[in-house]
Amino acid sequence: MSQPFRRPSGGRIDRSRPLAVTFNGKQLEGFAGDTVASMLIASGQHLAGRSFKYHRPRGILSHGSDEPSALLSVDWRADRGAGYRDPNNRASVVEARDGLVVNTQNHWPSLETDVGAVNDLLSPIFVAGFYYKTFMWPRKFWDRVYEPVIRKAAGLGEAPEVRDADRYSNRHAHCDVLIVGAGPAGLAAALAASADGEKRVILADEGFEPGGALLNDVTSEIDGKPAMAWVAETVATLDARENVVILPRTTAFGYYNHNHVCMVERVSDHRADAPEGLARERLWQVRAGEVVLAAGSHERPLVFENNDRPGIMLAESVRAFVNRWAVLPGNELVVVTSSASAYRTALDAKAAGMRVSIVDIRLDADCGTELSLARDGGITVRTGHTVIKALGGKRVTGLVVAPISANGSIGEKTTLACDCVAMSGGWTPSVHLFSQSRGKLRFDVELDAFVPGTSAQAERSAGACRGVYDLSAVIADGAKAGGGSSTPQATVSFAGFQPVRVLPTDADATKIKAFIDFQNDVTAKDIKLAVREGFESIEHVKRYTTTGMATDQGKTSNMNALGLVAGILDRPLPAVGTTTFRPPYTPVTFGALIGPARDELFDPVRRTPIDPWAEKNGAVFEPVALWRRAKYFPQAGEDMHAAVARETKAVRTTVGIFDASTLGKIEVIGPDAAEFMNRIYTNAWLKLKTGGCRYGLMLREDGFVYDDGVVARLAEDRFHVTTTTGGAPRVMRHMEDYLQTEWPDLDVFLTSITEQWAVIALQGPNARKVLEPFVSEIDLAEDAFPHMTVKTGYVCGVPCRLFRVSFTGELGFEVNVPADYGEAVWKTLYEKGQKHGITPYGTEAMHVLRAEMGFIVVGQETDGTVTADDLGLSGLVSKVKTDFVGKRSLTRPDMVAEGRRQLVGLLTKNPDEVLDEGAQVVDDPGQPIPMKMIGHVTSSYASSNCGRSIAMAMIDGGRTRIGETVFVTTPAGFTEAVISNAVFYDVKGETVDA
Amino acid sequence: MLERNLARRAPTVSPLVSESSVTVTPLDPQGRLAFRIKPAALAGRGTIDGFDLSGAINSRTSSEEGATMRTALRLGPDEWMLITAADEVDERCEAISAALTGVAHSLVDVSHRDVSFSVEGPGADSVVNSGCPIDLSMRAFPAGSATRTILGKAEIVLQRRAADSFTVTTWRSFAPYVQGFLVEATRG
Repeated sequence: MSQPFRRPSGGRIDRSRPLAVTFNGKQLEGFAGDTVASMLIASGQHLAGRSFKYHRPRGILSHGSDEPSALLSVDWRADRGAGYRDPNNRASVVEARDGLVVNTQNHWPSLETDVGAVNDLLSPIFVAGFYYKTFMWPRKFWDRVYEPVIRKAAGLGEAPEVRDADRYSNRHAHCDVLIVGAGPAGLAAALAASADGEKRVILADEGFEPGGALLNDVTSEIDGKPAMAWVAETVATLDARENVVILPRTTAFGYYNHNHVCMVERVSDHRADAPEGLARERLWQVRAGEVVLAAGSHERPLVFENNDRPGIMLAESVRAFVNRWAVLPGNELVVVTSSASAYRTALDAKAAGMRVSIVDIRLDADCGTELSLARDGGITVRTGHTVIKALGGKRVTGLVVAPISANGSIGEKTTLACDCVAMSGGWTPSVHLFSQSRGKLRFDVELDAFVPGTSAQAERSAGACRGVYDLSAVIADGAKAGGGSSTPQATVSFAGFQPVRVLPTDADATKIKAFIDFQNDVTAKDIKLAVREGFESIEHVKRYTTTGMATDQGKTSNMNALGLVAGILDRPLPAVGTTTFRPPYTPVTFGALIGPARDELFDPVRRTPIDPWAEKNGAVFEPVALWRRAKYFPQAGEDMHAAVARETKAVRTTVGIFDASTLGKIEVIGPDAAEFMNRIYTNAWLKLKTGGCRYGLMLREDGFVYDDGVVARLAEDRFHVTTTTGGAPRVMRHMEDYLQTEWPDLDVFLTSITEQWAVIALQGPNARKVLEPFVSEIDLAEDAFPHMTVKTGYVCGVPCRLFRVSFTGELGFEVNVPADYGEAVWKTLYEKGQKHGITPYGTEAMHVLRAEMGFIVVGQETDGTVTADDLGLSGLVSKVKTDFVGKRSLTRPDMVAEGRRQLVGLLTKNPDEVLDEGAQVVDDPGQPIPMKMIGHVTSSYASSNCGRSIAMAMIDGGRTRIGETVFVTTPAGFTEAVISNAVFYDVKGETVDA
Repeated sequence: MLERNLARRAPTVSPLVSESSVTVTPLDPQGRLAFRIKPAALAGRGTIDGFDLSGAINSRTSSEEGATMRTALRLGPDEWMLITAADEVDERCEAISAALTGVAHSLVDVSHRDVSFSVEGPGADSVVNSGCPIDLSMRAFPAGSATRTILGKAEIVLQRRAADSFTVTTWRSFAPYVQGFLVEATRG
């Protein structure tokens, strides 16, 4: 394709840098500075896609980020393979560069011939709310017919099928003033704000060139210079200031609390020379002292029959294409307007060589100086006229227009032949970000628009985004918002418009399609239907018709929809309400939101100091909180069942070695440490001797079990607390919370030492034999070092806190050594323990061994609604202490009620059957559904030491029902089990009872 | 009995290669003591065992280098991280405890808990800011600052030694994540 519609000169394109883009398999030509939209127009191609619902041919409506129709699939790096394509890119903001491969969407078999266009003919059934009305019956059709068909038809564009191959980065930044938008208001604000070199200023604009609307302007002057000369000078001044960061191609899409503004910068999409590995986009999270919103405004389309035909564009967009990109969107232009600004389009288009006429809804008397300027310039202006409809299919070929008489009747119709229409229904300030900041909007009748009212944060709006449209005033407003002042002399802008919702017509309004929301295919008659069916709030109309709910967030449609609803209901517009604007302002890639958080950087994977050994020795791992822990160590040919059977057997018959490093550890120090422990735990601590250990149970304020663990008293004023692996952070927080807010009088300090110590558990009858040769300064003999005591000394020559504790019921030691020595000590014990058959075991065997003893695991037996008594641990709850966390709650009626769920054992009738953890328990499997459930299985294992399966369960009044038979759900139905005591194994060796 | 030096300290992470102007380097082990004391209990003591405790919250005071190095990071109203040479921990603990006999305080050796990286070179602040939300301008976080903060999904202690020179400290199991995050960020 050549460029038949490119003007011979002018425009803000670099004609010395030609480039080509592949569009639907054909080559589009253009220049640096083009967008895909301007290249399409240069080639004469306006048909750019098919619409969402009716598959109507659609063209290019706008030149900016509000484009609802020209949505393209773009493969940004087709030369690098798969993973670089994404759908629904607006042609008007895709910066052209060599190598882009773009395709139109939503059609089959081709853009020109689309079978889906039959929907346009079937549209009487696709009325507003058709989902709710059409697919009601027969019921069975929903799953098999309706849903699959709707799913296939739904959506726009094709989601990428492979993983995104690009990199995305993230950056936090702070500044004193953040300015959103680099149009005249934003530039003036930046100039003023950055005059003080101490102030850090960030100026962000979604476009690739600063200037905003001035980029489209070839006639305005500022202080006697062309407007763009003023822009160039201003940008040069800002560039020279070290306190200013200018970010082009950066869209502020979310405005959150505390002036936290999220922006996405397109870093490499526009660069043909982008090196591989350069981030595609960068998410900026800016915390700004003050924010100046200079976001501009959006032009309103006019609503008439077939207003969506390709070639029908917004008036300012026609001006932009003609002036900025030097392309003619046609030869024969009709400007349809109720707004003065469109006259500038007409004059510029005429100057560029298009044949131009104007149809103005307003009467002569309502027009300003623009009318005589146009007429003097030789342009035919039909004032007091309406548009009945547009002609043409894949391109507009004419407009049927007619005068409106004083009584509102439609006069004689005239057909104006044309291949391009520029329409303007006035302007809507872009209040999206202001609204996101939780600022309160105010309706301004004069401006016929919602404008920023009361700010909720340190923020100011300036220029067109608060309804200031005249160029001099815009610059002055921007400078003021930036903390300075400026009184420039600029060309007077054509401003002002007459609000019009739907153009008057004599056609049957129920038969025509006059689009309000182009992206979601919502027509004026859909809105009318919704109102007729009783939807009166705009929030309800929006949800019923889907108007304004497309990815463009109704930038071009909201005011027309609102005005229409208000008009039908004959209410003032603010009484209908306005929709809430939510982030993102424009669509944001998942990549930008995720940034580097993929693969290894998705979440920290915490590994213990002994993890490298476990990995080398074939461990199978499981995640426990953020940790990865060795679950079991299979030998050749073993599955988990066999490995765990071997590991658990070894612990009961000789000795096992286990990595317990992930256990939470907190050092509690201070003269009041014992008193603190006494208040935090349910049991008594004051009398625990130095060198002693005690199992502690911790409740929440509500009396339910929160965590447990063994605590050692290392000195009068020093405790070594252990917590569950997953509970470590919350126990620390819980303790710190009480210390800081309830008991600031206590002299106690907490330090997390979880990662200071590697913990190696040696468990089994031969544990002492393995350990003995490596220990110094500690006497391991039974009477010198009994169960539940702690000693400090050396193991393998490194300092050690040695606990004599057991979570298996067997003789056990937990060797705490500084973490950097953990692997070396482990290896030594493992190698020298070979003669005793030392066996490494993982978390699965650990679980089985503790279950054999009936030891609970917090978070497995408990679920936040379980008391100490429910677990059979009421002996750990002091009856003499005056207070501890949770004590008061224990006397609430439900906490002491009969029939609470209690921990018991379950033994299946078939000893080989292992119950599902979480399975429900019932008394009678024959009862009607819904059955009465009396409990659930909390832990369940095959136990090689018991020679059968074992399970723990919480059963209503369980302790009074020992010996009774119950039924437990299985994937196939029910199985029988007998309630038992929750201790399954009788230890033969040295006793470990405390 | 095995000698202590048979069990050498095992590094948590190995250096990662990066071509950026900003380098991310794992630092050798250091002695680290978590020190807690209520300001009233300090009773006007400005230094203890050569550690300067007089710095404002979120500041770093440091004297000398090498074996006699004494750095104090004030992380909270009653919280300091004291940094010394790796083989000086026992001596420092004894000296500090002796100086505070009878005074309520807490001193815990966390040398093995933490791992540090230096982040150095032009743009080091941007690299840290890729995952750390605080203001790293020289005005808000000048050289000599230290604070507890976050990097991505990990908690860190951040020190600024000079304009383009930071130390990032994290718990050892978070170290591979923090290292990977920083190196990824050096790619821009």
